[in-house]
Amino acid sequence: MNSEQSLAGRKVIIHDMCLRDGMHAKREQMSIEQMVLIATALDAAGVPLIQVTHGAGLGGNSLQHGFAPHSNEEYLTAVTAKLKQAKVSILLIPGLGTMRELQSAYDCGARSVHVATHCTEADTSPQHIAFARKLGMDTSGFLMMAHLNTPEGLAQQGKLMESYGAHTVYVTDSAGYMLPADVKARIAALRDVLKPETEIGFHGHHNLGMGIANSIAAIEAGASRIDASVAGLGAGAGNTPLEVFVAVCERMGIVTGCDLFQLMDMAEDVILPIMDHVVRVDRASLTLGYAGVYSTFLLHAKRAGERFGIPARDILVELGRKKMIGGQEDMIVDTAMTMAKERGRLPVRG
Amino acid sequence: MTQSRKIRCALIGSGNIGTDLIYKIQRSAVLEPVWMVGIDPASEGLARAREMGLKTTAEGVDGLLPHVLEDDIQIAFDATSAYVHAENSRKLNELGVMMIDLTPAAIGPLCVPPVNLRQHADKLEMNVNMISCAGQATIPIVNAVVQVQAVDYAEIVASLASKSVGPGTRANLDEFTYTTSDALVRVGGARRGKALAIINPAEPPMIMRNTISCLTDEEPDRERITASVLTMIKEVQKYVPGYRLVNGPDYDGKRVTVFMEVAGLGDYLPTYAGNLDIMTAAATRTAEMFAEEILAGKIRLQPLEAA
Repeated sequence: MNSEQSLAGRKVIIHDMCLRDGMHAKREQMSIEQMVLIATALDAAGVPLIQVTHGAGLGGNSLQHGFAPHSNEEYLTAVTAKLKQAKVSILLIPGLGTMRELQSAYDCGARSVHVATHCTEADTSPQHIAFARKLGMDTSGFLMMAHLNTPEGLAQQGKLMESYGAHTVYVTDSAGYMLPADVKARIAALRDVLKPETEIGFHGHHNLGMGIANSIAAIEAGASRIDASVAGLGAGAGNTPLEVFVAVCERMGIVTGCDLFQLMDMAEDVILPIMDHVVRVDRASLTLGYAGVYSTFLLHAKRAGERFGIPARDILVELGRKKMIGGQEDMIVDTAMTMAKERGRLPVRG
Repeated sequence: MTQSRKIRCALIGSGNIGTDLIYKIQRSAVLEPVWMVGIDPASEGLARAREMGLKTTAEGVDGLLPHVLEDDIQIAFDATSAYVHAENSRKLNELGVMMIDLTPAAIGPLCVPPVNLRQHADKLEMNVNMISCAGQATIPIVNAVVQVQAVDYAEIVASLASKSVGPGTRANLDEFTYTTSDALVRVGGARRGKALAIINPAEPPMIMRNTISCLTDEEPDRERITASVLTMIKEVQKYVPGYRLVNGPDYDGKRVTVFMEVAGLGDYLPTYAGNLDIMTAAATRTAEMFAEEILAGKIRLQPLEAA
């Protein structure tokens, strides 16, 4: 039996990331009108879950991660009012977002949450996962930069999140570094230790062009939730392009409940025109995938590179070498300054 | 003249912070660690405290109370959790013991030694709170900028080595966030504040890093701000020698950014755990100020009436 046949009839829940991960690609500058336009198009195309927040999630408005023109509450209130079938989700990274903000997002209509930690630090999430469950939300534990933990180590972290109350545990390829075999090994290790009713999700980035292949590999290994974004609007080279993924699912008989042609039209007519730069695999985003660096670092590194005269690629490789993780955007300017001193472009304080 | 008498201290909480405090206090010219209070008889911290010559109890603060007067305990350090601190403080204050609070409880005034320790000692506060490791590492810099010109918004990012963050902090990250953000305003002097924490598992462990950003109302006076920040760093270095400027101050419009590193002394945890040291060193510095005043006869601790 080949694997393609075995996936026919499998149901997968698609979770769109345009209005959260896509915020990174827009330097967090998305208008309410753009959010509502995109959300209603996704809703009409049958996408069941739509994530809406600042790119860094609740509490994301900051010098570290950029200020969006509106609060998360304003975006959530505007979007949830217009949806007919889709549920709205949010991102919460403990250490940045708090339970106060979770309550506030819930009050604005959010009903699902990704509680995200670095792939080895799940024990910073118990109070947030428990609180989301208390609110009655669909709750996922979201293990970021998953390539930096072994399959067994990741499985233990997933088990912790399950024990706090997570309905779903995500393998999150924040750097777009993983290859299909890496994804399969991690999903399979989670499937081995998690309860049968606990779902597994996969969140990909397309930095090595592997978004679709990795998502299919995840489904083969037992994942039932896939994060993607229409036209790939997301950090780095973007997320798994949603319309392409749906087309592949249709060819394989995987059931998504989404309307392919509407999504194709949306990619072309709604998302592409609002992109500030074409989200694609280019020199810098390919460097992220190749070096295993957090995708969100891309635009920050470009800006720091311009300020201090250091190529963005050099900064990204150095950040990878120093094992910087998601949330350490401050270390991009710091690293650029240190490199500029070493290269004689910035005076060294005596 | 050599100082022979020392103020006798109790340490409550036998985790990373409590254990590291033993080393800091033993080194002090005016403080002496006498009791270590835990809740788990099998804890490593209590065993180590016994090896280092302290009396120990695993009965919590109630196990210490009967010995406070006979052992002349005058200062207690609480490194337990925000949830039990209030009760610990009430019981010990009633016996005239002054509390240095290292939990995020913050029932007493917030203390950052180079910014406001002097005024707390003058007011004879019976409970002072040490905020958080990130607060101790960043508020001096915020205040150094505020001393030059008004700061509308201060934001700090603390990056901590995974191995240096204990289970209590991990399970209560929100309390850490709230307490630190609040202190950037109340002690730092910024109009608004926000604190972010990152736990990085890299091996070998990364040294604690802190990035402090301030948005000034007017164009920043670069020369004066840089001078003020460098002076403040020297003040902190008096009790945390590993407090070091890595980059900056960087000026980008009205944004002033300072990139710091905090290496510890390597007492209980290795030097990467500067977050542990800056907290215990600041607490020790605070206790020393009170101790010096007591020894000089300038202040006398009084039992607080139960409310």
